[in-house]
Amino acid sequence: MTNVESTEIEGISVTVNGAEVLARPGELLIDACERNGVYIPRFCYHPRMKPVGMCRMCLVEVDTGRGMGLQPSCMITCSPDMVVETESEVTKKAQDGVLEFLLINHPLDCPVCDKGGECPLQDQTMAYGPGESRFVEEKRHYEKPIAISDNVYLDRERCILCDRCTRFAKEVAGDPLIHFQGRGNGTEVNTFPDEPFSSYFAGNTVQICPVGALTAKPYRFQARPWDLEEVQSTATIDSVGSRITVQSSRNKVLRYLGVDVDSVNWGWLSDRERFSFEAFNHEDRLADPLVRPEASMGSAKRDQLVTAPWSTALRRCAKALQDVDPNRIGVIGGARLSNEAQYMWAKLVKGVLGSDNVDAQLGDGLPADLVLGLPRATIDRACAAGGTVVLVGPDPKEQLGALYLRLRHAVIEDGVQLIELTPHSTGLSRYATHSLHPRPGEAGALARALVGDSVVESDIAGVAAADVNAVAATLKAGGPVTVVLGRSSAAESEDAVVDAAVALSSLDDVAFLSALTRGNVHGALDMGLAPGRLPGRQPLATGSSFSTAWPTMPAEAGFDTHEILQAAADGRLDTLVLLAADPINDFPDADLARQALENTPTVIAVDLFLHESAAAADVVLAAAGPGEYAGSFTNLEGRISQLNQMVTPPGTARPDWILAAELAFQLGADLELESPEQVWAELADLAPIYADVSPAALEAAAVEGIVVEGTSLFEAPAPLEAVSNDQYALRLVTRRVMYDQGTVLAHSPSSAHLSPSPKVALHPTDFERLGVAEGSDVSVSSARGAITVSVLSDSGVPRGSAVMVSHLEDARPYELIDATAVVNDVRVEPVA
Amino acid sequence: MARLNAENLATANEILSRYPVKKSAMIPLLHLAQEQDGYVADDAMAHIAELCDVTPAEVVGTCSFYEMFKRHEVGTYLVNVCTNISCMLLGGEELLHRLEDKLGIKHGGTTEDKMFTLEDYECLAACTEAPCMQVNYRYFHRIELDEAEKVIDDLRSGARTDIPPHGTLGKVRQHIPTGRSAGIVPPEQANEAPVWLPAPTPEGEGS
Ligand code: SF4
Ligand code: FES
Ligand code: FES
Repeated sequence: MTNVESTEIEGISVTVNGAEVLARPGELLIDACERNGVYIPRFCYHPRMKPVGMCRMCLVEVDTGRGMGLQPSCMITCSPDMVVETESEVTKKAQDGVLEFLLINHPLDCPVCDKGGECPLQDQTMAYGPGESRFVEEKRHYEKPIAISDNVYLDRERCILCDRCTRFAKEVAGDPLIHFQGRGNGTEVNTFPDEPFSSYFAGNTVQICPVGALTAKPYRFQARPWDLEEVQSTATIDSVGSRITVQSSRNKVLRYLGVDVDSVNWGWLSDRERFSFEAFNHEDRLADPLVRPEASMGSAKRDQLVTAPWSTALRRCAKALQDVDPNRIGVIGGARLSNEAQYMWAKLVKGVLGSDNVDAQLGDGLPADLVLGLPRATIDRACAAGGTVVLVGPDPKEQLGALYLRLRHAVIEDGVQLIELTPHSTGLSRYATHSLHPRPGEAGALARALVGDSVVESDIAGVAAADVNAVAATLKAGGPVTVVLGRSSAAESEDAVVDAAVALSSLDDVAFLSALTRGNVHGALDMGLAPGRLPGRQPLATGSSFSTAWPTMPAEAGFDTHEILQAAADGRLDTLVLLAADPINDFPDADLARQALENTPTVIAVDLFLHESAAAADVVLAAAGPGEYAGSFTNLEGRISQLNQMVTPPGTARPDWILAAELAFQLGADLELESPEQVWAELADLAPIYADVSPAALEAAAVEGIVVEGTSLFEAPAPLEAVSNDQYALRLVTRRVMYDQGTVLAHSPSSAHLSPSPKVALHPTDFERLGVAEGSDVSVSSARGAITVSVLSDSGVPRGSAVMVSHLEDARPYELIDATAVVNDVRVEPVA
Repeated sequence: MARLNAENLATANEILSRYPVKKSAMIPLLHLAQEQDGYVADDAMAHIAELCDVTPAEVVGTCSFYEMFKRHEVGTYLVNVCTNISCMLLGGEELLHRLEDKLGIKHGGTTEDKMFTLEDYECLAACTEAPCMQVNYRYFHRIELDEAEKVIDDLRSGARTDIPPHGTLGKVRQHIPTGRSAGIVPPEQANEAPVWLPAPTPEGEGS
């Protein structure tokens, strides 16, 4: 944002209703007035989209030296000595007239309209409109409602043709699948026949429609606005941490709305974020703890889990944790938890039990040391004009929807250059200056060539020398570089990403925006839920303040998830805690995960749903979900924002932080923390980076939250050795998509059926060599196993790679992966 | 019906090559599609969307704005009868009804043999020549009822061949001589004056 003080000095003086106001250079009149407390009614204008002047509701009298005249205030920028009347008789008559015209065709069905009670048209008609209608002729009629996408319905007769939804689709989402059709009185918003508005962001149009023309299926006829209670919170479904308003009625969350935060989501949400509340309302939510009868534990034939009282369940957990060699305890997960709960669990496991075998990531992320050790960037830095963004990570459109919208805007509107170093094309490729797709495992070699001084003469990692040189020149041309860094493929080891990151970190003026995707994973890393880490971005090794404040401290760095699972599978663990983790589905070696659960005497799961891994546990603790507890969330920038409680958890489910406290109590210890406030007080004491964070400070920071600064030392490993290429195999790449069949989505009725059918995608020229035909069923096999799926030709896949979507029920590429390998090769063969 | 056929695709590519921004070719391509099928088929719009690098929704948005692009099959001959005020006063409605009887359809309908579509039109901008009728946009001024019937008969029997089928474009296609062509320069890079304008005299020093 521009510095308010300096712009006030060079402000443009405008007279509004007789009073002088200072406008910013280039500011629209409608904005300047609003900023100075004079609200001009509007329908089509939206501050996050370009003005179009469609509705004429914002007409005001303006004199720019040629006499007073009516002008749409959303279409004129303030000029010096402009005189504006927003409340004159002429203005009022114009507003009254515009409303009368809009109401000619708009039905007066407010009592049965979902928007009734929160409808700008209704409100403005009350405030500025004619008291009664002179129009007695028949209004337009249309078939009611038509589904323009799976979740968005359109009642065309209510539409006032403001162009907000259509502009959003084109300008903001880049999916112009809805458009005005017809002309004059017959104009309507619609899709091409049989081609729905299947945008990942379609739900936003419902929120910005100024009338009840667009409604979202999950909310239609669920409540009246005046029956809703609401609270502001943060979306936890991905790591962007979009700001939301959570609305509920009768203790049930019914709707999420995006909140406009300058530095994060600009009011937009992906549909996955918007409709995720459905999962938390699902009847499959765990309402009570479950326990497997003791006699059957460890035996091959396991009895069913049965509901048990909390005391029984907690005692069982305590028994499995008490007096156990800390090295024989493992904890996986924690990215779903709030910051406070993460801290309490870190304190419980590291500070009370003394085990460092804790990892919030499931082998599909990046080393904590890397994420916490590289200079951090904010979204604003990445999107600032004049900069360059290098994407080394997952497809933001599929994984981090709100970030995708920001990056897309930055490239299109602010001239930010985008360079992709991804294993296949992404939703941003069409906006990228360069899209390079290095062979999996070789991104580091490519990155070294890009930052190196010498001109490259031959292909690097499968990328043509000319492209390498062109990108190298772009990077050297200067300007801040922001690397969006994450793990695109679980079939390529994290070492490959580390390798690339280390090389890119040698650029001048470079910072990194983490693109780890799982919920509050950044909170988990900051709170020490990673091997070798302590809260406050401190490494375990240094004699930190925590070692004196906590009852005990692990002697040395513990295992990461892979090592924990390996140890468990080998029978070297006594107790494994799954902190909202489903390793069978999420860890890129499903077999190992299954063996680990099988071979551990006691598995404790803390979760919302009884997913595949939790179902294999011996004790399942029912946890509270988003909207059911208060706390805070850390997004991918390290920005902390509030989570607020709106409803109560189902049954007797409890917030995760209370579970940590209860377990400590059962173990005869005391975490001495009884509220989020106390957690922050302790953290502020012990971790310098949190000196200024407290619930009160978060409240004061309002929607923007607080970005926590500070990085720890990172020791770069030696460059990765070149991987050998097997001429006959294809390199496996896995990716995740917006709508997969992960636990939350599978429990969201409006999203569950949107997942794609499993396919393996190959470059068009690979078909002949492999002797397979497009669309036919093929077998994709590795040493681990084989999957049969149909094959698809995709020129966004580089030659020699095979791309599969993970987290789909019917074909699980994680079954093919050896998580210890840098890359995984597969064979693709026709099935007889 | 259909996407553009091979011959029209070649023409389409030639048309596309005249524009720096592909989307600009959308309307000429819609005409081409209408010439091919007599109307603009959904598949043709989808094809045009691919060619112009836009979504089909954007094509239908443009196409539906123009009355003369038909998005549903029409007869070989589109008969428009004006019933706006001048024509109405001079018998436009009788003309319409006579043709309805003659063709055995209501206005808005198409005969079974797909020969004729009859439409009730607003002012055809020939009020001084009322009542007025168009067949594939060819005017029939001050037309008598029997005369109108005869036009129909003659078209049906093939006695009259001067009216090409609906959608047919002018046979003289525009070809800009190379010397006069501005070439395809994206607007933001068009720094020089178009070739058909005399070059501006450079501004003098200090003027
Ligand atoms: S549907 Fe709503 S947002 Fe879209 S143009 Fe109509 S009134 Fe505007
Ligand atoms: S808000 Fe200005 S014209 Fe609609
Ligand atoms: S009224 Fe018939 S042409 Fe004008």
